[in-house]
Amino acid sequence: MIVTKMIDKIKFSLFSPEMVRKMSVVKITVPDTYNDDSYPIDGGLVDPRMGVIDPGLKDKTSGGKAGTSPGHFGHIELVRPVIHPEFSKMMLHVLQNTSPFSKQLLWNEEQVEKIRKDALENPDMEVKIKLKRPTHCPHTGEKLPEIKLLKPTTFYKNKEIMLPTEIREWLAGVSDEDIKLLGIDPEYSRPEWAVLTCLLVPPVSVRPSITLETGDRSEDDLTHKLVDIMRINQRLEANINAGAPQLIIEDLWELLQYHITTYFNNETANIPPARHRSGRPLKTLAARLKGKEGRFRYNLSGKRVNFSARTVVSPDPLISIDEVGVPLEIAEEMTVPMYVSSWNMDYCKKFISSDVYPRAEYVIRPDSRRVRVSELTRQEVLDTLAVGSIVERQLIDGDTVLFNRQPSLHRISIMCHSVKVLPGKTLRLNPIVCAPYNADFDGDEMNLHVIQSEEAKVEAEMLMKVHGQIISPRHGHAIIKPQEDYVTGGFFITRSEAIFGKDEACQILASAGITRLPAPDKKDNWSGRILFSMLLPKELNCTIKSKFRRKMPDGSEHPDNEIIIKNGIMLSGGLDDKAADEVLERIIHLKGTEAGREFLDRAGKMELHAITMIGFSVSLANYSLDATNSKHIDKLQDTMRREIESVITQYKNKTLERLPGRTLKETLEDKIMDITSKTRNAGGNVVEKAMGTDNTSIIMARIGARGSILNAIQMAAMVGQQAIRNKRPNRGYSGRVLPHYKRGDKGADAKGFVFNSFRKGLSATEFFQHSMGGRESLVNTAIRTARSGYMQRRLINALQDMIVMPDYSVRDSSLSFVQFVYGGDKVDPMMANSKKHTS
Amino acid sequence: MANTKDRIAVGEAVGIVAAQSIGEPGTQMTMRTFHYAGVAEQVPTGLPRLIELVDARKEPKKPFMDIYLESSAANDEKKAKKVAAALECVLLEQIASVNEDFEGKSIKIQADANELGLLSVDINDVRAKVKELISPGTVECRENTITAKPKVNTLRALRRFTNKIKQLQVKGVEGVRRSIVIKDKNEFFIRTAGSNILGVKDIEGIDFKRVYTNDVKEVERVFGIEAARNALVHELDQVLTSQRLFVDIRHIMLLADAMTMDGAITSIGRHGLAGQKAGVLARAAYEETIKHLVNAATKAEEDMLIGVTENIIVGQTVPIGTGLVKLRMKL
Repeated sequence: MIVTKMIDKIKFSLFSPEMVRKMSVVKITVPDTYNDDSYPIDGGLVDPRMGVIDPGLKDKTSGGKAGTSPGHFGHIELVRPVIHPEFSKMMLHVLQNTSPFSKQLLWNEEQVEKIRKDALENPDMEVKIKLKRPTHCPHTGEKLPEIKLLKPTTFYKNKEIMLPTEIREWLAGVSDEDIKLLGIDPEYSRPEWAVLTCLLVPPVSVRPSITLETGDRSEDDLTHKLVDIMRINQRLEANINAGAPQLIIEDLWELLQYHITTYFNNETANIPPARHRSGRPLKTLAARLKGKEGRFRYNLSGKRVNFSARTVVSPDPLISIDEVGVPLEIAEEMTVPMYVSSWNMDYCKKFISSDVYPRAEYVIRPDSRRVRVSELTRQEVLDTLAVGSIVERQLIDGDTVLFNRQPSLHRISIMCHSVKVLPGKTLRLNPIVCAPYNADFDGDEMNLHVIQSEEAKVEAEMLMKVHGQIISPRHGHAIIKPQEDYVTGGFFITRSEAIFGKDEACQILASAGITRLPAPDKKDNWSGRILFSMLLPKELNCTIKSKFRRKMPDGSEHPDNEIIIKNGIMLSGGLDDKAADEVLERIIHLKGTEAGREFLDRAGKMELHAITMIGFSVSLANYSLDATNSKHIDKLQDTMRREIESVITQYKNKTLERLPGRTLKETLEDKIMDITSKTRNAGGNVVEKAMGTDNTSIIMARIGARGSILNAIQMAAMVGQQAIRNKRPNRGYSGRVLPHYKRGDKGADAKGFVFNSFRKGLSATEFFQHSMGGRESLVNTAIRTARSGYMQRRLINALQDMIVMPDYSVRDSSLSFVQFVYGGDKVDPMMANSKKHTS
Repeated sequence: MANTKDRIAVGEAVGIVAAQSIGEPGTQMTMRTFHYAGVAEQVPTGLPRLIELVDARKEPKKPFMDIYLESSAANDEKKAKKVAAALECVLLEQIASVNEDFEGKSIKIQADANELGLLSVDINDVRAKVKELISPGTVECRENTITAKPKVNTLRALRRFTNKIKQLQVKGVEGVRRSIVIKDKNEFFIRTAGSNILGVKDIEGIDFKRVYTNDVKEVERVFGIEAARNALVHELDQVLTSQRLFVDIRHIMLLADAMTMDGAITSIGRHGLAGQKAGVLARAAYEETIKHLVNAATKAEEDMLIGVTENIIVGQTVPIGTGLVKLRMKL
């Protein structure tokens, strides 16, 4: 993009009354908006000189129509000055440090010199005057009054209220020199300018009124507030002119102050908020800027965009991981600009002449006139198409888009995909890329952004394409990787038992797009490993220990316990999830990310095909124990009951030995918790032994595809102890959790031990105890997301400006050093494991 | 050093990547507190501990120390227990009943002979300590009863002394609430509830070089900012690895370096790093919008648009990564 103008800096300051009058295009004189013909009143709060929002009317200052002109400021002349509530603290600072008599600083030459020196030495520091305020003015010798501020706007001088006029006079008397020493820039922000004599009125477009269905107008909160200010201002003027008593004038003056205070900030402390007729507090200036829904965070730091789509996502394992399936309906609606040159003229014309998808929607002529391509204009557009025009055509296969799922917790929540237009109504993504988006298909929606310039397209493809993100910068390991059934598939192809006949071998290879059949290695049959090895690069050599350790019938180590790959041929092994990750990482470090993508695409398809062909499922039978093992579990539970009973007796007899640093009661609880967890673990051993290594649920747990041994235990043997805040449940009724138990019963049943398995089903009381544990974890999840979200926002805000400089130091935006050498070794965390994998 | 292929790209937004890498796993962390065997305290781990570290609290919720013994005593459980007992801080009120005699304007300290023997506290030491506390008052000692007569006129002053005497530390290290002996893989070590590095410096039998505390601020006070930075890296890494969440050490180091770059531990939130950024707009967009705008106006501050947020707000290219590269052309 060519940038011809840049904002260099932005200066913040106060407006002087003269400046306000200079900026203003109209002095507001009428406290009203529209007249009876619903036409804006001249000198009213929606005077057309301040800009217009209704179509058809013209901005009387610049002549612009609604929507084209940002509008102009007006002003209100306040009859009596009023204090700006947000600046009262600054005024107090000046009043407390200057003398009301000489209008000079309260300090002698020596002290002033010191303050000056401090200010010079730390120009960024807030000037803090640590000296004690003298009791008498050092210049005139008079006794100094005590100045106090009652927030937000009332100043007291020796317990007597100071009028804004007095304050303004005092502040205006202080010299520029002295103001500077108080940490205020007198050139841009004289303190007396914070006592308003002249109120700036924002243009109409800042506070647009809305027309309701009934035809009534509803004014913006700000306009309402300005009407209030105008009304009181006029009443005050009338009273002054009529020579009303001082008391009445001061009351009105105070009322004007209230309206102006709430106009700036309706959430000012100690002030009742101004309300709408309906009782809703008005949303005034401060509230518009503040917080998550305020101007800064809602409209300036984050902006709404065009050329985006959003719908439900669903899986498609047949497209590549860097593709995204886009429904035709969306592809027809979205456009991509093509810059017409002499080389692509014919290509562009093809889109213009077509009246079905894919066609051109608009042509932007070199004079930047936009012409819609329709039946009527098609021929003319075709004839006049010139180099330098831009043709906006519909989305087609291969277009570059960004794909995103919220919450965008890390940079891989937005990645660059290429479009594949597909039938259907959902956006499709390869399940292998679920992990970085943290997406599943239970109704998740995702966003799609179509890139609109060549520069952005190149940048997105080079930096954000999916294959460049396979390795996560968080830990240097693969984040985009086969999961769940893919892992199972990978294991079933590569384990020793996998032997295929010719037709099966051919099918498996073909599923991955391989057309060359290697020589059979198991007599006339093919081992799954030789088929899988077709995907591996020749340079790959590694030995990985498998997580799934098996024993041979004779008790020796199963050869699959170690995965050995030599020169790209897999010699032994059963890939588990970690081993598959390492293979993928090694391929990327050896052959690059593009090769990694290809491996993922092919291996994914092969693994899915294999597991579909071999067949894999779990059933109730996987989780049933035979009679002997059931009895074993019962026995374990009986022993547990007895053990608990015995500790409780010891506790009651006070013979229980107290653990160091715990009370007797805590000791008892500790011991019981120990016993219950011991029992469940023992149950685990029984389950594992009973199920053996052929049980599908055990296989899944061991190779890291899905589930854990604990899940199997809970389904087959027992659910185990429920805990609330890491303790056994103890609340509910007095001395017991449920009325089903005896008061003070400390046994396993009464305190949330679930003896049944999920398969057998929970008893009513067990169900209740279990749902208490379940509730706690739900509550915790809710709290955790909120807390960690805020922590991440703070982390990002604190670290966002830190970048690597050309000398490899890390600096922040003020160029201060954070690190002299990034990470101490200049290594990109994304490549942290590459040395290990390539040597 | 990295070879060219593995080198970090110039302009890379390493700060954002680090923040995301540490923040993103936050959602996966447990809120559980970890229960160290024996120490009757739930030491926070996971998200609460991470937030505590990043906030740079004055003191961790549950400070603790790991104290290793000199190699000669490393495998001697008895000795370890003895050292551990010597560490525990004992207050006078724990071993004695302290009562005022309002008529005689004196305080009677009735020590429990049993406890005295158990903790091997010498009553004469106690007497000396009491005397020092109430001097120029007088102290009398008969068997296990100490009568202190401070020079006071009012009963209120007397009560003040009583409270002081009750809190008198008769034994152990200040701040160490409890200590237990734990068997490591190959040696015994002492874990204490409460942390006081300088307090254990001269305790006999310990290997002071290996004393570990989880109180990062204390490390800063005692050993300085560089040590605090290392402690911070270690603690952050511990929290994440204990949850089996793997984050590259470089991200953690960047965070720790950022928190310690100005010579004192600075927190991450609005009162720390995020709140003292250069740009007015960046600060206003973060938190306390109005305050920052008002202060900027009084000082007539300028926003030089050098940060990320500021440039997003005005709609310009962000000075990070590819946005850092500029090309000037004559048009």
